[in-house]
Formats: sequence, C-alpha cells, structure tokens
Amino acid sequence: MGYGIKVRVWGDYACFTRPEMKVERVSYDMLTPSAARGIIEAIYWKPAIKWTIDKIHVINPIKFTNMRRNEVSEVAKLGSIKKAMEKGESYQIIATDNRHQRAALILRDVEYVIEAHFDLNPDKAGESDTVEKHYNIALRRLKNGQYFYQPTLGTREFAASFELIEHTSEIPKSNIQGEVDLGYMLYDMNFSVNESKTKQSVSPSFFRAKLEDGILDLRNAGNEVRI
Amino acid sequence: MENVKKFENAIGNRYEFVVLFDVENGNPNGDPDAGNMPRVDAETGHGLVTDVCLKRKIRNYIELVKNDEPGYKIFIKEVLNDKLEQAYLEKSLTDNKKDAKGAKNNALIARDFMCENYFDVRTFGAVMNTGDCKCGIVRGPVQINFAKSIDPIATQEITITRMAITNQKDADKDNAMGKKSFVPYGLYKAEGFVSAALAQSVTGFSDDDAELLWQAIINMFEHDHSAARGKMVVRKLIVFKHDSFLGNAPSHTLFERIKVKRIDDEMPARRYADYQVDVDLNNLPNGVTVDEKI
Repeated sequence: MGYGIKVRVWGDYACFTRPEMKVERVSYDMLTPSAARGIIEAIYWKPAIKWTIDKIHVINPIKFTNMRRNEVSEVAKLGSIKKAMEKGESYQIIATDNRHQRAALILRDVEYVIEAHFDLNPDKAGESDTVEKHYNIALRRLKNGQYFYQPTLGTREFAASFELIEHTSEIPKSNIQGEVDLGYMLYDMNFSVNESKTKQSVSPSFFRAKLEDGILDLRNAGNEVRI
Repeated sequence: MENVKKFENAIGNRYEFVVLFDVENGNPNGDPDAGNMPRVDAETGHGLVTDVCLKRKIRNYIELVKNDEPGYKIFIKEVLNDKLEQAYLEKSLTDNKKDAKGAKNNALIARDFMCENYFDVRTFGAVMNTGDCKCGIVRGPVQINFAKSIDPIATQEITITRMAITNQKDADKDNAMGKKSFVPYGLYKAEGFVSAALAQSVTGFSDDDAELLWQAIINMFEHDHSAARGKMVVRKLIVFKHDSFLGNAPSHTLFERIKVKRIDDEMPARRYADYQVDVDLNNLPNGVTVDEKI
C-alpha cells in the first residue's frame, strides 16, 4: 500500500442513507465505504484508476438530528422532454402539486479519517498511466484543496471539508472506545454491464461493520454478503 | 489533458460564496415537523434555513426577471400562474427499452436540451431518470449548504385573531384565533460552492449565468415578501474566485476568513448593526480573489 492516502473529512451534518429506509431517510451511524469512495473520487478520479477504502476512523461521537423538508415526488421523464424538444413546448414540474414532506434522520458534527489506496484499472489504463503520476496528482489536489466537484457527506446539501493528513502527521484520536457493532452496512454498489454491453446492472454488497476503538477496518471486509 | 471541456462558454473558475442574510420579526423557513415554527437546531438553539429553501428563492427570482425567456426557463416551478399547464401532463413517448445504447444516447441529448433551456437545471441539476438508463441525472455545479444562524435564535409564537370565518356552520364556534411564529431577529450564514469542472463537462453553466446567480442571491428576498417572512434582507454576498477550474485553496480555509461576531454580548441582537462582519483579506492564497458583491 505504498500509494495510500489519508484524508480528514468533516462537516456539520451528514446523511449516509440506509437503503432500507430511504423514503424517509435514516442515515447509517457512520460514513459508508461507498460514500468515502465518492468523496475521494470528487477530488480525483480517472477511469484508469480504482480507489479502495482501507480504513475509516470515526473521530466524533455518533449523534443524530431530525430534519423534515418539502420535496418533490416527480422526476423528469425522457419522453416528456423529447416531446417538449420536438414541439418547442415548455416542460415543468409543478413543485406544489407534487409535494412530499419527508423527514430525514441525519448525523451531526461528524469527522472522519479515510485511509484509501488506488490500483490501476487494467481495462482502462494506458501506457502513460503510472501509479506515480496518479498518486502525485491526487496528493497535489488534496494539498491545495482542489476538487472536481465539492465532496459531500452523503447528500449534496452537506458539503465535506477535507484536508490531507501527511505521512508524518498523526491521525486524530477517536472519541469512541471499545468495540461497537454497527450491524450490516452497505459496502458499495457493484456496477456491471452484460457481455453485449447493452444492459447495465447495479447490485449492492454489504458487510458487518465493527468499530474497534473508533476504527473500521475494511481491508478484509470485501464483499461479505451480497443480494 | 485533465480538462474535458465540452461547453465553450462554461465558467473557467471555481467559486465559493458566503451569504449573510437576516430576518426581522419573521419566519425564514418553517419546520413541517414543528407546526411550521422556524427551524431550530434542537441541541444548540441555532436557527436553520435549508438549502432547498434558498434554491427556491433563487428560482423564483430568475423566473420573475427572465419570465420564461429562452435559455432561462425554470424547471421546478411553483404554481404561481396557470399559463404553463399544457405540456407537462403529457405522458411519455415510447421509450426504446431493447436498445440500451440508443436510450443512453437519447438521454444525453435530452440532458443537454434541459441544461441549455432551463437555468435551474444548468445551475442546480435535476433528476431525469428514464428507468432503464440512469445517465440522465444532472448534477449541477452550484451547491448550497444549510444556512445557520450566527447565534441561537429565540422563537416566539403570537396569537392573532380574525374577523371573518370560512364556513357559515362555524359561525357559532370560537375559531377566530390563529397562531403565528417568528424570530424577532436572526442573522444567518449560508455557504455555497460552484464547481467549474461540472459546469464544463455537464451543464455549460456560464460566466453570464454566474453573474445572474449573484444577482439572484442578492435579490432573493426582495420579491419574496409575505405575511410569514417579516423583513428578510441579504446583507452580504462574498465570493471567492479561484484562478483555476479545480481551485487554488481548500474551501474551508476561505470560509474561515469570514468572522461574524456580536458587538455587545450582553444584549440580544435585534438588528444587523449589532453584528460586526470581518473578512480577512491578508495573505490570501495565490490565485484566490475576494469579491464582496454587497
């Protein structure tokens, strides 16, 4: 893992939605590996590389708060857009007619340290894709606070502040002691295409999340359970 | 090249911005969970205004000034007028379910059409899900966090009365009382982000759009007066502009340059003059400029 990075991320609020409770959202107790991957990828990603999350440190105690908002129930329909394009008509969603009030149980005052590394993706990496190159770009972006888009803590209204933890610096100590079993948690979504590349499928994988003194070690978590 | 610029006119700079706005004897954002009382962080007592609440104001302002001008239509509307009913209830055309590649292509064309014509899609994004193909979700370059009050707010509830009644059968009942909840005074701060990378590769959000966005933020409460809101005013809009499209400094270090504090801690704040706002312009990171729009 010579090309590993450590990133501290924090924010006032976070919502890592549990898939079984996503109408009225309920967050997991902590940052999920897939959300952590999303944070890193918002900062730096290329098709030539694949990020893997090794460890997540949960620095702050786990606290929740509740938030109910007016949301819309409708999504844009491709067919309706096509029609509007062809006829030059207007196409809208009337928010007040498609009103859903949804509550969300979200985390507050979160701070995490993500330890991650990347591997080259053999399908996509070209000759000029060396690990050194990608590693240095990633480090440079982290040091300068650069991003492709603002990383978020689960949903876009909860922006994540981030900074690189240098190799010589210490990881902040977690406020959580002992073993905490968080139950089954989403590991990541697996994206695949069938052989003729006509259909894409997405399937989730889960693992048993256990915090040891605030640290979630994912190196052996892999795809423990799959549905 | 790292930069995959698809739109000629898209912004070339990353931005962050901070908006300070206040409310006087009004309810900036009601909480549906608490009988429409102003939103409060239950643990700290600080007032909250959600991201979607502010985006709504921005959309409304754009709709008002641009009046559905081509390129500046608003996708997510409120029903304020009835001129727009025709198109939207139409059901879908036949989606070509057998040919995923074709569907993907269709979705991309539709996505570009939506971005080109609708200011809010170009700015905030929209969910355009065709069922078979998930590529139609547009992530917009502009994102806003929850706004939070600088100090804990005190919410008040007052009882109001009315002369008239709704139904004749209620004439004998004593139902002429109503409730109104408000914040005597609150100064709120919201932080926002503009990703040039998403503007360049996905939506084509341009420099003109950015200028219009600042105008909309400055004026977002000017045309939103109502019985519930009281007096709401945008006091400051501070924009951090990065030289490059990826940015030149971490966003939190820029936000931390803005310090807002109460001048007299003894008395509750009741007006903007009770606060002092300092923007630290010393030793700005290379390539970052600060523009105080108001």
